[in-house]
Amino acid sequence: MDTGSMTGSNMDYLAILIQFLVVLSFVGITIILTHLLGPKRKNEEKLSNFECGIESIGDARLPYSVKYFLAAILFVLFDIEIIFFYPWAVNFKELGMSGFIKMIIFVTPFLLGYFYVIKKGVLKWH
Amino acid sequence: MELIIFKVGLIVTLFLLSLLIAAYSTYAERKVAAFMQDRIGPNRAGPMGILQPLADGLKMFMKEEIIPQEANRYLFILGPAISMATALMTSAVIPWGPDLNLFGQTVSLQVADINIGILYVMGVVSLGIYGIMIGGWASNNKYSLLGSIRASTQMISYELAMGMSIVAVIMTTGSLSIGHMVSSQAGSTGMAWNVFYQPLGFIIFLICAFAETNRTPFDLPECETELVGGYHTEYSSMKLGFYLFSEYVNMFISSAIIASLYFGGYNFPFMNIVQENTGEIMFAIICAVVFLIKILFFIFFFMWVRWTIPRFRFDQLMNLGWKILLPLSILNMLITGFFILYNN
Repeated sequence: MDTGSMTGSNMDYLAILIQFLVVLSFVGITIILTHLLGPKRKNEEKLSNFECGIESIGDARLPYSVKYFLAAILFVLFDIEIIFFYPWAVNFKELGMSGFIKMIIFVTPFLLGYFYVIKKGVLKWH
Repeated sequence: MELIIFKVGLIVTLFLLSLLIAAYSTYAERKVAAFMQDRIGPNRAGPMGILQPLADGLKMFMKEEIIPQEANRYLFILGPAISMATALMTSAVIPWGPDLNLFGQTVSLQVADINIGILYVMGVVSLGIYGIMIGGWASNNKYSLLGSIRASTQMISYELAMGMSIVAVIMTTGSLSIGHMVSSQAGSTGMAWNVFYQPLGFIIFLICAFAETNRTPFDLPECETELVGGYHTEYSSMKLGFYLFSEYVNMFISSAIIASLYFGGYNFPFMNIVQENTGEIMFAIICAVVFLIKILFFIFFFMWVRWTIPRFRFDQLMNLGWKILLPLSILNMLITGFFILYNN
């Protein structure tokens, strides 16, 4: 693939776009169709939120455990670090030993941070 | 121009195939469950209940659409739509067979042979979280909100270990393209499959795939016994269908990714002998069928596990993801690097 590689690549992204349009139209048409097809008999009781059969109390958007939020924050940090591994992994064979040592130097602070998080008990769920 | 028509044909075929497999997975799941629990399973619609998925789909279409008063209308509709769309988009980068010579040029039997294939999969799968999160939030129901928070926490936690286990595969292949990953596993005996070089990585990836698709034993986001239906408690009609259906499409895609990353994709033992004795088109069809058989096996494996292993508790789930799988996947990466350097 010499000159064809560039056009081939554009072709591939065009194909993804076409697939996206196919999927989008399927989802859109289905949503509209099922909206038109079903019966429409609504009443107050039916449109209220489900809560084990009792009257629902208050709003659902209550505060929840901060652990979930901490897990999300940690995910962002760790995921960015993992993304750094990808270009390194692609070129791993060319980089050879020096690349491997450099990556160990990169992994060490990564692991230090990880053990700090564990030690702090951030991931301890009750 | 012919190429575009070929690609559109491939896209539509793949799209219909995903839907067909997902539809029949629901049937297969009930049959497998019935078999494992010594029951008969669905047997009313058509012979052996073979038309059951069609009946289910039709029922979903004809049901009343309920949008709770306190829900955010547009987000409520957007949630399942995102879930379904992202699930169907992932199939674009999966290679179904070796390259073909058509219309005077080399055509790969894959919708898009982009050089960042695996990153595309990870990206689109991550977008799927939005579908669940938006749906759960918009329902304005306590169970839905809890389910969606659990789902997103679980999915992002296991994405770390999944990303790390893929790094090891990329190191052996030297490419992010799934097409390259599969063709690098070609060999006359099948011993070139990544699963023999990455057994630990394979197990990590498999466990993460279960967690990413919210399948038992990681189905905490929708566990009936605690959260009624989890994030889709308030949903009805085809919007509920979209959520359930996207889970099965995701299962199909995960099986395809597992098969291509670790089990050689469309490669099979003694394929070079078959290649010599058959025409090019015929050979491509055989390859696609072999790949499909591998996918179906993993879909069966998903169901097998569902009826074998009980559900985790949430703290066990988080401990497994963060404290066991993540360090193990880093270890796996270092071991892989060491062995590649040692062999050179």
